[in-house]
Amino acid sequence: MFLSELGKLLVSANLWQATLQFAALLLLPALGGVISERSGVVNIAMEGMMLTGAFFGVMVALATNSVVIGVLAAILTGGAMAFVHAFFSIQFKAEQIVSGIAINLAALGLTSFLNYALTNGQGVSTLNASLRIPSLDIPGLKDIPFIGPVFLQQNVTFYLAVAALVATQYVLFHTNIGLRIRSVGEHPQAADTAGIDVRRVRYLSVITSGLLSGLAGAFLSLGINGIFNTNMTAGLGFIALAAMIFGKWNPLGAAGACLIFGLGEALQNRLQLLPLTGVGIVDTPLHSPSLVAMVPYLLTIFALVGLVGRATAPAADGIPYEPGGE
Amino acid sequence: MQELIESEKPVVDEAPLAVEMRHIRKAWPGVVANDDVSLSVREGEIHALVGENGAGKSTLMNILYGLIRPNSGEIAIHGQTVRISGPRDAIKLGIGMVHQHFMLIPPLTVAENIVLGHEPGGTYSRYQQQQARERIAEISRQYGLHIDPDAVTGQLSVGQQQRVEILKVLYRGAQILILDEPTGVLTPQETQELFVVLRGLVAQGKTIIFITHKLREVLELSDRVTVLRRGRVVGHLITRDTSKEEIARMMVGREVLLRVDKTPAKPGDVLLRVEHLTADSARGLAALRDVSFEVHTGEILGIAGVEGNGQSELVEVITGLRKATGGHVWLGEHAITNKTARQVRREGVAHIPEDRRESGLVLSYTIGNNLILGRHRWAQFSLRGLLLRLKQIFSWATRLIREFDIRAPGPITPASALSGGNQQKIVVARELSAEPKLLVASQPTRGVDIGAIEFIHRRLVAQRDAGAAILLVSAELDEIRSLSDRIAVMYEGRIVSVESPEVSEERLGLLMAGASAAAAES
Repeated sequence: MFLSELGKLLVSANLWQATLQFAALLLLPALGGVISERSGVVNIAMEGMMLTGAFFGVMVALATNSVVIGVLAAILTGGAMAFVHAFFSIQFKAEQIVSGIAINLAALGLTSFLNYALTNGQGVSTLNASLRIPSLDIPGLKDIPFIGPVFLQQNVTFYLAVAALVATQYVLFHTNIGLRIRSVGEHPQAADTAGIDVRRVRYLSVITSGLLSGLAGAFLSLGINGIFNTNMTAGLGFIALAAMIFGKWNPLGAAGACLIFGLGEALQNRLQLLPLTGVGIVDTPLHSPSLVAMVPYLLTIFALVGLVGRATAPAADGIPYEPGGE
Repeated sequence: MQELIESEKPVVDEAPLAVEMRHIRKAWPGVVANDDVSLSVREGEIHALVGENGAGKSTLMNILYGLIRPNSGEIAIHGQTVRISGPRDAIKLGIGMVHQHFMLIPPLTVAENIVLGHEPGGTYSRYQQQQARERIAEISRQYGLHIDPDAVTGQLSVGQQQRVEILKVLYRGAQILILDEPTGVLTPQETQELFVVLRGLVAQGKTIIFITHKLREVLELSDRVTVLRRGRVVGHLITRDTSKEEIARMMVGREVLLRVDKTPAKPGDVLLRVEHLTADSARGLAALRDVSFEVHTGEILGIAGVEGNGQSELVEVITGLRKATGGHVWLGEHAITNKTARQVRREGVAHIPEDRRESGLVLSYTIGNNLILGRHRWAQFSLRGLLLRLKQIFSWATRLIREFDIRAPGPITPASALSGGNQQKIVVARELSAEPKLLVASQPTRGVDIGAIEFIHRRLVAQRDAGAAILLVSAELDEIRSLSDRIAVMYEGRIVSVESPEVSEERLGLLMAGASAAAAES
């Protein structure tokens, strides 16, 4: 009974559509993390940048009555948070983990407070369809069985995430700019002596991570949920961080990790609804949605230990650059 | 050919100035690195910049390359006064620098490292691998520096990496090349190859500034010499009119003994006995193949050999850092084979490791803490092995700093703030002050200037005269020959011969290259 239900679930378009959507949502901040850390700045603040983007996306969309301006606001405010991180990390050589935590906490506080203050404590209500990022809707194509719903009916942001993946992979590994970003993250002294402006490369890389995270925030609030809720990112930025490490600081690797996390998330949402008769754990304490929700992450840990092996960060990741130092 | 070079020399003396640095001053809080330093280098010459560690040579060159901004003074390149506010400016002016610690990015390919920052196609282009390869091949041919552009840089030998560094500088169109202690990490053969390359560059019109503290190299390679001491210029010399002794005296500020002054050894009983020892290298290959020898109390046994013939593994096995796969190590009556490093130390063995930055010191620790490393459990320094007795550590460190002439503000200065020579003195002070029965000294003077070398050599001999057994491993043949009472030559994991210190350099060279003792005889 359980196994046949599970089998049906695994081939359903619904499961895979949700998988890809969740994966794309994680992919944007994960790519941001890859770019930032490849340039040598540890970035654990994608969570806060996403949340900021999600909030300002909704508020600006409401204020201007334009989803496009809302999305741009989300991207820019995410970028602004990243600028703060860059400023502390690069200018003041602050401990980057601490700066990241500060930004995450500040983003949570700021968005919660403003959400309360701007709506008189009511919170925003669900957005009209006109203020939400639409899904792709191509007559004919969307009706192709399985392919249609899984690949051709996704939210517009999904396709932006795929484009961002291709662009990041190409820029990092096939362009001169990418060569410079990687050199700055591996050995900033060497990059400096080669005439590269280490600070500028790092600033731009960190800010790019914020722009991508901000877009992910818009995806979440203006796209998937159509609403802003306090702390609505709820750790997504950290899962993206894990995906970045899981993917060994490579865009394609991170994308693979996002797919696994996405499948895990989609599966556990649906597993909780499956009848567990025949498995023998009904009515035991093990039959708990929370425990089911853990499964994908446990699998990830095993995969990480068993399959991926030790991941190595860029050599100068997290180390502020001191010109003229050894 | 010889005559041609001779007749060209006067031309060099009258050549226009390529670099002129005038009245350069650079001070950090508490330290004056350069004090009114002036330097002029003529076009087409090899100019040696010499001085002890910490004399301000690297600072001066980092100023010329734009990595450090001077407090005052001016710089002229080819007669034009210029402002150099970063490496980008220096590169534009045709200045290139090969740093002491290579500025290469290990995971990138040779080609990527060479073109980095000046890639074909410019900033916003795709990375053009083929064009990069072609440009590099062209320069390789022009200057006779051959290298595989697609090799991963981190997997190259040190000599090859240096070649990449030189190519990098030439790729950027440098006319003036600065080399900061380029031979410190090279084997003697690689050094000779480098000199051939440098002479070739000069023949093609380049100007070279060569930082070193090895006098032999100054005399062999340079046209003129500028000597720095404690941040000031103490002399401009013309190489063919000077001598090792004169340069050494200027560098150190007093007469320096370039020979080790020692009386014949009075060896006592056998202390260290190594029997049929075998061990593997880190890569799992056989590194020691049946090594046997003895060291007596009151003698120095030198191990000579080209690096990588098992010397490092031998030292590691004796000091408890690597497991032997067979054989025995005896210290007097005690077997210390495969004991831990802590147990071996407790038996009275001290160890000066070959790489002070990697395993001799914790660079971020203070001098005081470095001086008690491995001894932090001693009752003298700790309360029941739990709490450090900071006052005792402080006074102990103060004493050793004075006794071993470690030039540092005090015991709470981090080791990383000191010059290489003074860092090495910390290691030497720590190990010798343990009054060991056996001292294993591996490359004890690597990267150390002549004043400190003289000091360390004297201390080693004093330790021997006090009755310690010393096992000396060094890549410097001069050091082995002048310190050792007997010389064991290692080749491919075996001791191929034990020689007296009077052995000729030629015979030693042949043995190190793998000739059998009998063959080296003829």
